[in-house]
Amino acid sequence: MSKLTDAFKNQKAFIPFVAANDPDFDGTVNNVVALAQGGADIVELGIPFSDPIADGPVIQAADLRALKDDPDLPMDTIFDMVKAVRKQTDVPLVFLTYLNIVFRYGYEAFTARCEGLGIEGLVIPDMPLEERNELEPIAEKHHVDLIPLVTPISGDRIEKIAASATGFIYVVSSLGVTGERSEFANGLTDLVNRIRKVTDVPTAIGFGIHTTEQATEMAQIADGAIVGSACVNIVAEYGRQAPAKLTDYTKQMKAAVNANPVR
Amino acid sequence: MTELNLKLNKNTSGRYGEYGGQYIPETLMNELDRMAKAYEHYKNDPEFKTELHDLLVDYANRPSLLYYAERMTKDLGGAQIYLKREDLNHTGAHKINNVIGQALLAKHMGKTRLIAETGAGQHGVATATIAAYFGMECEIFMGKKDTDRQKLNVYRMELLGAKVHPVTSGSMVLKDAINAALQDWTKRVDDTFYLMGSATGPHPYPLMVRDFQSVISQESKQQLKEKTGKLPDMVVACVGGGSNAIGSFANYIDEPSVQLVGAEAAGKGVETDLTAATVERGSDGIFHGMKSMFLQNKTGQIIPVYSISAGLDYPGVGPEHAYLAKTGRAKYVGITDDEAVQAFEYIAKTEGIVAAIESCHAVAYVEKIAPKMRKDQIIVCTLSGRGDKDVASIAKYRGVDIDE
Repeated sequence: MSKLTDAFKNQKAFIPFVAANDPDFDGTVNNVVALAQGGADIVELGIPFSDPIADGPVIQAADLRALKDDPDLPMDTIFDMVKAVRKQTDVPLVFLTYLNIVFRYGYEAFTARCEGLGIEGLVIPDMPLEERNELEPIAEKHHVDLIPLVTPISGDRIEKIAASATGFIYVVSSLGVTGERSEFANGLTDLVNRIRKVTDVPTAIGFGIHTTEQATEMAQIADGAIVGSACVNIVAEYGRQAPAKLTDYTKQMKAAVNANPVR
Repeated sequence: MTELNLKLNKNTSGRYGEYGGQYIPETLMNELDRMAKAYEHYKNDPEFKTELHDLLVDYANRPSLLYYAERMTKDLGGAQIYLKREDLNHTGAHKINNVIGQALLAKHMGKTRLIAETGAGQHGVATATIAAYFGMECEIFMGKKDTDRQKLNVYRMELLGAKVHPVTSGSMVLKDAINAALQDWTKRVDDTFYLMGSATGPHPYPLMVRDFQSVISQESKQQLKEKTGKLPDMVVACVGGGSNAIGSFANYIDEPSVQLVGAEAAGKGVETDLTAATVERGSDGIFHGMKSMFLQNKTGQIIPVYSISAGLDYPGVGPEHAYLAKTGRAKYVGITDDEAVQAFEYIAKTEGIVAAIESCHAVAYVEKIAPKMRKDQIIVCTLSGRGDKDVASIAKYRGVDIDE
């Protein structure tokens, strides 16, 4: 079974996100390790992209910071960060990036390196179901799960997407881009139920979650919660002091996803 | 004018060889699918086609002239030069052709709000115009750098009833405006139609834009036949994303005797970092919903581009152009700022036409190639827009201080 799927076993999963090279090489390594120490079940590491069209202002800004001093930041440097992370933790890792980064490195070479470093999956917001074919067989060969996204307006596509999913399914909480918000789309329960009729692959809800209350609420609906912008805000605010804050935040959120809801 | 043939393109898969596709967030996939299906339906619908025809004729002032540039021909001493005068359309550029088609489709799909990106402002103005005509809500996304340097066009759009959003993310230019428009669309797909300005983006945009712009070559082919009984030997058009060029080429792609040439913006030179010559300097990539050619670094980050022409400084090119380049069917050549500015002045003085600086990239290539061709050969060069908007920046380029 996929290590990612495993991370949801017997509990709700908490999946935080930070951007690579924000603030720098060592900062990235420390941040990921701190999230693991706080109890993250999977860590999502963002590979910065010049034009992150699915991301809101917070993650856009993180990508810009990450590329500011070195716009040519090589993918190999990011793989080296993962190598350094792997010396300290075996927390399941996924990359979040845009397809061009993977395409430019070469699908074969990229997924082979992922396999070697224990990157268990890829979340690629600009690779919908129809465009998976070119990467899927190669990723499968290297045991890298391609995590699909399902949205509140996926409609008839929900079952098709769910049927081919491995690892976990990223359920987008609401329309628009990533970033903290106070309201989520109606019908998330129905959406998750439709997925569950088709597959046993677990679901995690992301986009907009930042408070413990929201994490508890979302984990009642799905099998886990993904939090990006809130973690990135901590990195932006605390810089080198971010790791301790990230560990604390993760502890709270991890407890929240497994808490009973207050009614 | 004969009715526009929207079925010229037999390949409706959204793939042009390996290029094209729909590399776009899941949130937009159902909407793109609906759009593609609606377009396939309406392009066969007699009522839609009649409405489109009437708007092109009565509102946009089509057909545009195919004008024999006799003085330029004589002066250059080679091939006969015909200019396809898209600059004479309502709103002053080819952009209106596509905008009418897409807005009409939006109306038939029941949409009430149009959004669009714009660089220099031409596509934004055209979209705001058609939104006013149809009584639709209109919001335009424009990089902050562009709103600052194109204040007149910003005001023009507002005058037409549109709301203009200056985009402050990224490099604050055209590509960032597209990012912002796509992001806005993901928030509100129900009532909103994203009216893309170039033959770029995910399927069905490259297909639709090509079809709506193919009116340029449908007319020029017929007009030249009436005037000379012949096909042109060469068709030249400028290429940013490539909408006027693909429209200028469309009816000639299956005519092997017609050479197709796209003039790219080389900026300070194809070999410099200050360029927008995507086909010559770029490489294969995936961005803004399409697999195509882009100016990017080794890692795959999209790099800043430069051209004196705000309408051509886009770091990519439409997927059909990438395909035409790869297969060798069309040739793409870089024209520098200097060459384009010189052509701007040349065509003004020789023919009495102030053409857009974008279009003058094509004119500059004609100046180079016409003298090398025989006198019985024919070039059709598309003047994609008028140049009033560029007068101030040309003056500045020449160091002339004028009070705007």
